[in-house]
Amino acid sequence: MSAQTAKRENGQNLGREGLREFVTVTIHGQVFGIPVLQVQDVLGPQKINRIPLAPAEVAGSLNLRGRIVTAIDVRRRLGLPPYEGQEGGMSVVVEHNTELYSLIIDEVGEVLRLPVSDFERNPANLDPLWRDVTAGIYQLDGKLMVVLDIDRLLVFGKAAEAA
Amino acid sequence: MGTNLSVGMAKDTEMDDLLREFLTESNESLAKLDVELVQFEQNPNDEGLLSNIFRLVHTIKGTCGFLGLPRLASVAHASENVLGKIRDGELKVSPAAISSVLESIDKIKHLLEVLEETEAEPEGTDQDLIDRLNAIAEGKDVTPAGNDTPQAEIVAAPPPAAATGSLFDQLGGEAAISTAVDIFYDKVTKDEKLLPFFEGVDMERLRNMQRAFLTMALGGENTYSGRDLRGAHAGLVAKGLKDIHFDRVMTALRQTLSELGIGEDLMIEVLTVAERTRKDVLGLGAPAEPMPAAAPKAEAAKPAAAKSPALAPKAAKPKAAARTPAEPEVASQDSTSKESAIANQSIRVNVGLLENLMNLVSELVLTRNALLQMVRGQSDSELNVPLQRLSQTTSELQEGVMKTRMQPIGSAWNKLPRIVRDLSMDLGKKIDLQMHGADTELDRQVLELIKDPLTHMVRNSGDHGLEATADRVAAGKPETGTITLNAYHEGGHIIIEVSDDGRGINIEKVKAKALKNGLATEAELEAMPDLQVQQFIFKAGFSTAETVTSVSGRGVGMDVVRTNIERIGGTIELKSVEGRGTTFIIKIPLTLAIVSALIVSCSGERFAVPQISVVELVRASDNSDHAIEQINGAPVLRLRETLLPLVSLRRLLGLESAKGGADIAPNSEKEGLILVMNVGASTFGIVVDKVYDTEEIVVKPVAPILRDISLYSGNTILGDGSVVMILDPNGIAAKVGESRIAEGEGADHLVGQVGQHDERMALLVFRAQSTEPKAVPLSLVARLEEIEVSKIERSGGVPVVQYRGQLMPLLSVSTEVCLKTEGRQPVVVFTDENHSMGLVVDEIVDIVDDRLKIELSAQRPGILGSAIIDGRATEVIDAGYYVSLSQNDRQGAAKQEPFGSINGNRTVLLVDDSPFFRNLLTPLLSVAGYKVTTVDSADEALSVLQDGGHFDVIISDIEMPGMNGYEFAQAIRSDERWGKLPLVALSSHATPADMARGRQAGFDDYVPKFDRDAILNSLSETLLAVRGAA
Repeated sequence: MSAQTAKRENGQNLGREGLREFVTVTIHGQVFGIPVLQVQDVLGPQKINRIPLAPAEVAGSLNLRGRIVTAIDVRRRLGLPPYEGQEGGMSVVVEHNTELYSLIIDEVGEVLRLPVSDFERNPANLDPLWRDVTAGIYQLDGKLMVVLDIDRLLVFGKAAEAA
Repeated sequence: MGTNLSVGMAKDTEMDDLLREFLTESNESLAKLDVELVQFEQNPNDEGLLSNIFRLVHTIKGTCGFLGLPRLASVAHASENVLGKIRDGELKVSPAAISSVLESIDKIKHLLEVLEETEAEPEGTDQDLIDRLNAIAEGKDVTPAGNDTPQAEIVAAPPPAAATGSLFDQLGGEAAISTAVDIFYDKVTKDEKLLPFFEGVDMERLRNMQRAFLTMALGGENTYSGRDLRGAHAGLVAKGLKDIHFDRVMTALRQTLSELGIGEDLMIEVLTVAERTRKDVLGLGAPAEPMPAAAPKAEAAKPAAAKSPALAPKAAKPKAAARTPAEPEVASQDSTSKESAIANQSIRVNVGLLENLMNLVSELVLTRNALLQMVRGQSDSELNVPLQRLSQTTSELQEGVMKTRMQPIGSAWNKLPRIVRDLSMDLGKKIDLQMHGADTELDRQVLELIKDPLTHMVRNSGDHGLEATADRVAAGKPETGTITLNAYHEGGHIIIEVSDDGRGINIEKVKAKALKNGLATEAELEAMPDLQVQQFIFKAGFSTAETVTSVSGRGVGMDVVRTNIERIGGTIELKSVEGRGTTFIIKIPLTLAIVSALIVSCSGERFAVPQISVVELVRASDNSDHAIEQINGAPVLRLRETLLPLVSLRRLLGLESAKGGADIAPNSEKEGLILVMNVGASTFGIVVDKVYDTEEIVVKPVAPILRDISLYSGNTILGDGSVVMILDPNGIAAKVGESRIAEGEGADHLVGQVGQHDERMALLVFRAQSTEPKAVPLSLVARLEEIEVSKIERSGGVPVVQYRGQLMPLLSVSTEVCLKTEGRQPVVVFTDENHSMGLVVDEIVDIVDDRLKIELSAQRPGILGSAIIDGRATEVIDAGYYVSLSQNDRQGAAKQEPFGSINGNRTVLLVDDSPFFRNLLTPLLSVAGYKVTTVDSADEALSVLQDGGHFDVIISDIEMPGMNGYEFAQAIRSDERWGKLPLVALSSHATPADMARGRQAGFDDYVPKFDRDAILNSLSETLLAVRGAA
């Protein structure tokens, strides 16, 4: 498959417009890709202030250099069990409608450039919850990367009901 | 001003500066004129006002002249004429005259608008308006709209004749001007300091120009052409004209005028006209190329100085070129100092710049807070002193920047008096506009956005809200309708109320309309509370419907108003009582603001509470004066004479589950710090664990995901860098109300399992006259008081005490009133509408929460019977009996009908299975003037009706054995004989859902069982509505 070409540094001959760049993150052993253009920052464990009454997916808020960022517990959003690791998870800060959100994930991987042509749609049997927040799949060497649809990922709670 | 802001940057640079300034200035003057003219019409004797108006119009006219805007100048001239005559007492202030002047103001505004867009006056003539103004000036009676030919003659007449009221005429016309110019030039040309400026100047031409200019500037015929002279003054400045020279010219002018025997007042006016041009003339000295437009204005000021260069552009040039590089700086220095005296000391700044500045200051505040946090506790830090200064400077800076963005709301109201006045004339209604809180400041951006909605609402109130004069008189209201605007700050929001005392909103008609427009089904409408029905006027469908104005009274464009207000994060509410008027309440948040907040913690989480809503802090614990008590699970605090409902922040935010840990004391429900909050009309307490200090916080909006949590108004970063949520006192206040209902409901469910007849309620247990405890439902008690025995007086044999400005009779459970002889006498106060009575007791024992089941009914008046309360046999007091007794005691009071004469012969059928309530309500209703028939079941009620019983209104309980209240209502509604009878439901289940169900079943109103006032109000309103509909 063309997956061999998917690695970073590969596919230079494809020309920039044929490539998409993703920050890979791992959550519960699964690799996800977040479009690099939406990523503002990658953070280590942060002090997060809880927000009572907020939807369960909201882990709290944190202070990122003077800006208030809403932290999203992506595990919860994806219906996964809480993080069991020793240290708090890492965060990827994304921008959505001019607001910043910090997505709490387990680990941050590398930045991949992948050809658009390798992008595949979600398999039909994907969990509806996941199907709702993901855009599609890339086949990498030995594993699959699920592309997160950040805009959809950040719609939940009342906003989702209204939509 | 809007005009100023609407001038885009690109245009700014193109449009000539002078013209732009003229536009801005004139628009400001015009706004003032609108207001002042209307005031003046109301106070025609206010000379100060008149001269102010005259001056404003005059300035506009004068400036138009300089700029070569003949059309504007002639309109302004004509209206100045009228004003001049009024000032001189030759003309009386009449609505027609004021209307015409206002019309001319409108015309000027219109011309200015075109001018702003095209930089040229529009084609056309305003002869019609001018004719009319002139006719008025002549003392002819002219209707504002009409226009007849005779007046045309006046216009045709030479301008000087027409300009009677102007300065020009006052000075003595053309001849006088001519003389003045001669004398003046004599003076200035003899002044050696000024002489150099006249070198090479054609003095004859200069004098002619001067004459023309003065004639025009002072209100005479406009033969002067400002535009011809553009650029002239630049040369003058280039020659080195400075402030001192200008001063000399002014002195010369003053001497000239005084030699001519001109009166002091007049002289000042002329000098003012001249002085006004100072900065324009001198401003030309700036290194930039002479502004072609700036020149004309200069003429006005310094006839002599200004003119001379105009004439000698060629001659002056070589010299100018030589001097310019050396002199400008000096010139501008000189001028800045003086300029400030005349020019208003303001500059216009791009809003984006301010916005940016504000953001920077916010960041600075946060940084300052962080620094303060770091050195806190280190008293010996060398940073302390500089930090103190930094802190103070930051605060001041912050305050300053905030101020630049704030404007009094009054500036948005400027137009309103005029609009209301016009409305009043058009509609033939008498309308009084009252404005309160005009100095309430709000963010200028918000201000701009609410201007239009407000105007619209006021117009609506005048047009549709207020009845025609005849109707008002018929309704027994004062002829003059009142529209009231009220603005004030309330906990981070600005509240603007627009109310009228007009006809209110007719619910039935709105319903009909909603039905017709398909906004709701009939069943839905039936189930809706009136308040909800009224909200339909905000629906889009209501704005365009043809009959709406005559039907609902309102609705034109209210949807637009609401949309606009919601767009800036505000809310709009509506309260209307048919026949009494309508109030709109607009609530606008301060989106970006730095506020002082109290940092509190609960279960280890910190929160900020805006300090503006916090009235006081109370520490409560079981062994202090302030103990948290429970009424049916609802925590309350007795604070001085009020009962303060409490809400636990922990419960409110659902915190307990999250941290069942160490720092929560086991008795935390009993102890804690209480923030006493005052939000709007409600006062309540929030129980928290700890209160830290106050901090200035920058309110940042919460993420959209959190926006529907009504308890937060924003979030912020504290000095230590942590993020905390800002609690919204308004949101909490709303929750306090809700939880009360929810608590009540919960209790009822409990009762439901035990038995339907038992009502669980809070009871006040006390002792009086005997050792046997007595009880009364707490909901009937207004207050508990302890009265100094020495303050008790006697009146007509009855002990009374002065209480809140009234005499309150004191009664006892027995006929003998046994008072304590010294110390303080505990009294249970019951309040009925306007007056209070005190029931003398020996001791307040407790407040208990129990089922009230009357086991033995007593035949003794004042006692309903006995019940087992808190495990003891207790006599239950009939509060209604004592209230009515106290009113009978009062001379003439028995004749009073608290709810108006309409209740006099009204008959009420009261259906309730509980004898307690029948006994409680009967006296209450009787006192209010109703004739009451009681039955204990729905079946019996139906049979009374079958037997031909006639009633005006039926009050029914909901939970009853056999047929329940809903079924009863349906039964009533389905029978055409009494299907139209007003039905009021009475229930302890007063949740919105219950109410909706009640309405669906056919009840007209649904009131909580224990709320006496609500019951009485509901009855009289229901009856009123029926009567109104009939």
